[in-house]
Amino acid sequence: MIDASWGYALTGGALIGLASGGLMLLNGRIAGISGVFHRAVEGSRDGWRWAFLAGLLLAGAVAHFVAPARLPVSGSGSSIVVAIIAGLLVGIGTRMGSGCTSGHGICGLARMSPRSLAAVLVFLATGMLVTAAVGWLGRAQ
Amino acid sequence: MTTLISALLMGLLFGAGLLISGMTDPANVKGFLDIGGITGPWRPQLMAVLGAGVVVTWAVYALARRLKQPIAAPTFEWPSATQIDRPLLAGAALFGAGWALAGYCPGPALVALGELTPAAVAFVAAMAAGNMLHRLLARIGGTGD
Repeated sequence: MIDASWGYALTGGALIGLASGGLMLLNGRIAGISGVFHRAVEGSRDGWRWAFLAGLLLAGAVAHFVAPARLPVSGSGSSIVVAIIAGLLVGIGTRMGSGCTSGHGICGLARMSPRSLAAVLVFLATGMLVTAAVGWLGRAQ
Repeated sequence: MTTLISALLMGLLFGAGLLISGMTDPANVKGFLDIGGITGPWRPQLMAVLGAGVVVTWAVYALARRLKQPIAAPTFEWPSATQIDRPLLAGAALFGAGWALAGYCPGPALVALGELTPAAVAFVAAMAAGNMLHRLLARIGGTGD
């Protein structure tokens, strides 16, 4: 139960915290990735948004060479069709709900925002429900 | 220029954190959301990622609140919304469903896009389409935003 994955989880989580805290300390901004993405898609001229997104992409590009196992090509069995449906839901949902796992989950909870806590509880609940439903359907086949 | 460099570095650091934590592997996300262990043993590690992320962010925020202005930008932009309304809850519900289906939320999907993982390319393109669809629906519905 307690294995190396916990160390990775804590270390990675701490780095995520340094980055999201750091974006406020340095740039005065909330590290809400869906928000940064949506404003960029809508044609924002704020350079920092594009720079932040470029940093995320760069991390993936570097990982392709140094840690490819962290980025499974298969998308864990997700077909392209499922990825498109999921992406649409995430795009609409994060735009409507003003945040995702980073903006509401990390930054919102760190600010002790009741609004973000409500969002986190809801997306965890629907995420678990959908996972259970998909799991049962898969098992029934 | 320093604004751009610091944002780029924070994005890179955030991406590194996602990669090291295991969150860029959709199997870990799906395994966490599968609390019933239907498809395999439950993977609770995401809680440690979130917990460590929140605590460290909280600590750095406390530091930031002691400054008059950010180090590389003119002003702090803290969120002002506090209302728990229907768009927040409905949006979070839709997001949770999509997150579970693909095992991707926006951050890990963008990192995976950086190495051109096919599922992530499709997912991020659909996210952008979802943005446009939401704005279109909001305009038709007259609710605006």
